[in-house]
Amino acid sequence: MHQPTLISWRLTALAAATLIAIAGCGKEEPKPVEAPKTAEPAKPAPPPTMTVKIGSAAPLTGGIAHLGKDNENGVRLAIDEANAKDITIDGKKVTFEMMGEDDEAKPDKGPIVAQKLVDAKVAGVVGHLNSGVTIPASDVYNKAGIPMISGSATNPKVTEQGFKTVFRTVGRDDQQGPAIASYIASNVKPKTVAVIDDATAYGEGLANEVEKTLKAAGVTVLPREKGTDKTTDWKAQLTKIKGKKPDAVFFGGMDATGGPLMKQGRELGIKAVFAFGDGACTDKMKELAGDAAEGLLCSQAGLPVQAASKSFLENYKKKFNVDPILYSPFTYDAANLLIAAMQKANSADPAKYLPELAKISMNGASGKIEFDEKGDRKDAEMTIFTMKAGKIEPVAIIKGGTSTKFEDFIAKAGAAATAGAEVAKDVAKDVAKDAGKVMDAVKEAGKEAVKDVKEIGKEIAKDAGKAVETVKDAVKK
Amino acid sequence: MDIFLQQIVNGLTLGSIYAIVALGYTMVYGIVQLINFAHGEVVMIGAMVAFSVITGLVRANTGLPPGVIVAIGVGAAIPVSMAVGWFLERFAYRPLRTAPRLAPLITAIGMSIILQHLAMIIWGRNPIAFPQIIPTVRFDLAGASITAVQIVIILGSLAMMSALTALVYKTRLGIAMRATAQNPQVAGLMGVDIDRVIALTFLIGAALAAIAGAMVGSYYGIAHYTMGSLLGLKAFCAAVLGGIGNLAGAMLGGILLGLVEALGAGYIGDFTNNWFGSNYQDVFAFLVLILVLVFRPQGILGERVGDRA
Repeated sequence: MHQPTLISWRLTALAAATLIAIAGCGKEEPKPVEAPKTAEPAKPAPPPTMTVKIGSAAPLTGGIAHLGKDNENGVRLAIDEANAKDITIDGKKVTFEMMGEDDEAKPDKGPIVAQKLVDAKVAGVVGHLNSGVTIPASDVYNKAGIPMISGSATNPKVTEQGFKTVFRTVGRDDQQGPAIASYIASNVKPKTVAVIDDATAYGEGLANEVEKTLKAAGVTVLPREKGTDKTTDWKAQLTKIKGKKPDAVFFGGMDATGGPLMKQGRELGIKAVFAFGDGACTDKMKELAGDAAEGLLCSQAGLPVQAASKSFLENYKKKFNVDPILYSPFTYDAANLLIAAMQKANSADPAKYLPELAKISMNGASGKIEFDEKGDRKDAEMTIFTMKAGKIEPVAIIKGGTSTKFEDFIAKAGAAATAGAEVAKDVAKDVAKDAGKVMDAVKEAGKEAVKDVKEIGKEIAKDAGKAVETVKDAVKK
Repeated sequence: MDIFLQQIVNGLTLGSIYAIVALGYTMVYGIVQLINFAHGEVVMIGAMVAFSVITGLVRANTGLPPGVIVAIGVGAAIPVSMAVGWFLERFAYRPLRTAPRLAPLITAIGMSIILQHLAMIIWGRNPIAFPQIIPTVRFDLAGASITAVQIVIILGSLAMMSALTALVYKTRLGIAMRATAQNPQVAGLMGVDIDRVIALTFLIGAALAAIAGAMVGSYYGIAHYTMGSLLGLKAFCAAVLGGIGNLAGAMLGGILLGLVEALGAGYIGDFTNNWFGSNYQDVFAFLVLILVLVFRPQGILGERVGDRA
């Protein structure tokens, strides 16, 4: 029953891809007109312009469409901000254009979408959201030589394929898995932990890393239970787990399946701590699991959305009228990295700006970003969250294997800010002194100016009086 | 042991839902020999309407007790599903009643796809969280736990099954239905309005489907526009397992299939040394279907097949 629809769908997709490719060729930016040298110098030719397309690939339909839209919004914000800045590359005024594509979170759709973007001659791609989709898609980008930055694909394999064009602004599961696992091991202090995954590249990969770290910490890990990325009935798996009475349950998967899992776990009377990876580290867990979601632990690769730069949070909210959910700071940074590398290389040609991208160093919404030789983010922070009163709240930041309480982390950042404020105060004092002098001068000038105005006013009034009298005479006559 | 008991409780809940949906398949098949593949979609629409009404009432802050809100939600879902069922019968199947049997079957599949995508347009592609308005009440049952929702599902299903049995065997309408099932022409000659009887059969099946939809939605806490297709297929397997066309068979088949799934998913890992995990849960229904078709095509309680299956 599904096969025919799938096939016809693919045909449509192919047709659409071809059409867009053709349209893309037709739309090719007009070759910048060389200003004729004989033109009069008084009338300079309008500055040549150029359109640069940046692709955004994420699931915009299906179970995690909300996360995909969040990713796309991050890219859109970065592009709109860049367009407002009047960036010139190679002497041409650049208009960036986002090409948003839906990969449906399906691994087999990844290469199709990738090819579509490549055919449309995008200069770079931000995406995909899921590791399982990113891995097959990255091959297409690599062959076309187009840089791809994922803001959310955490499976180690993404950057382990030896592709020079593949980067990510988010941490890896072999950083994230150990982070959440070591947090569980040291804070929950469990004897046994049950690990469940959704049989996707992401879920299984993350669950493997968690299991490895837990075992190394001397925790007993129960035989793995599995579902799929569409499972809503977890009772069988959870019942099995319940019988073994674990102290904690870790699930590698997304919120659309993790929510029902946690709800059903509590219904069965499992009292263990539930822990999740970044895919289920959203406020939607509360909606899907209800009150059962309270107290869950989860990790996100990178700094929490709350810790993203203030200007990002405000601009995002202003533009889209919703709060950023999860990965948008990372996709926002990814798009900005592409743009910054193009500016540095003074070219939107992937081959020319790729080397600049590889050695870039930028302060983004999610902190400082530099890539290592694989394309992974150097020193990625990991954040541990808990669900408190229906909202996920950061409890700890883990960097390089050491855990800092979130308050301490923010306090440190706060101290830096206070130190900065002190310096700013001194500067402000000096400025204020100078300003005072300037103000006095302005006042003096102002007094004289006022005198002048008064005199002029008197003269005008006199003239007006004369005019009125003239009018009166005229009326009498 | 308590794990085993817990899997039984899970299986019974799941099985009750399958049984209610399977009744819809089997009633229609019994009377017009049509496998109404769009029945799963009627279940989904029931779940979606119940969800919309419940969410709307919760948002409106009416101050009604949760039980009443759920009842209103289900009450609203029943007529909508019945309307869909009536529409299916009147416009998709009745014109094809004398056509070769393959034609209405293909039509049923087509209607299933149409309804699914209509629902996608109306309710969107994202999974919808059923509002959690009834607090989770758990009871301990010799080490296994059973929630209030599960009890309501199991008891409600039993009540509906007995009501339906009474309807079919004790009322005039039931007699007309059974007569039409035996031989539509002769029943028509005896003064039975067979069009009306067939339409009523679809309506009753759709009403049961709406209730089943609301049950699934509140049980898993999630509803999705594709939720009907797999559920419908499994309920169809249950109907075949019990003997399609046979009311008691559908009930028995549904509950058996629920148990097989729950126990299969719960123990497959232990029996295969974790070679196969519980993610193979959905396989069992179809494994059962194949085994039944090979070894006992008429199903457990089915009597005569021949011209029927």
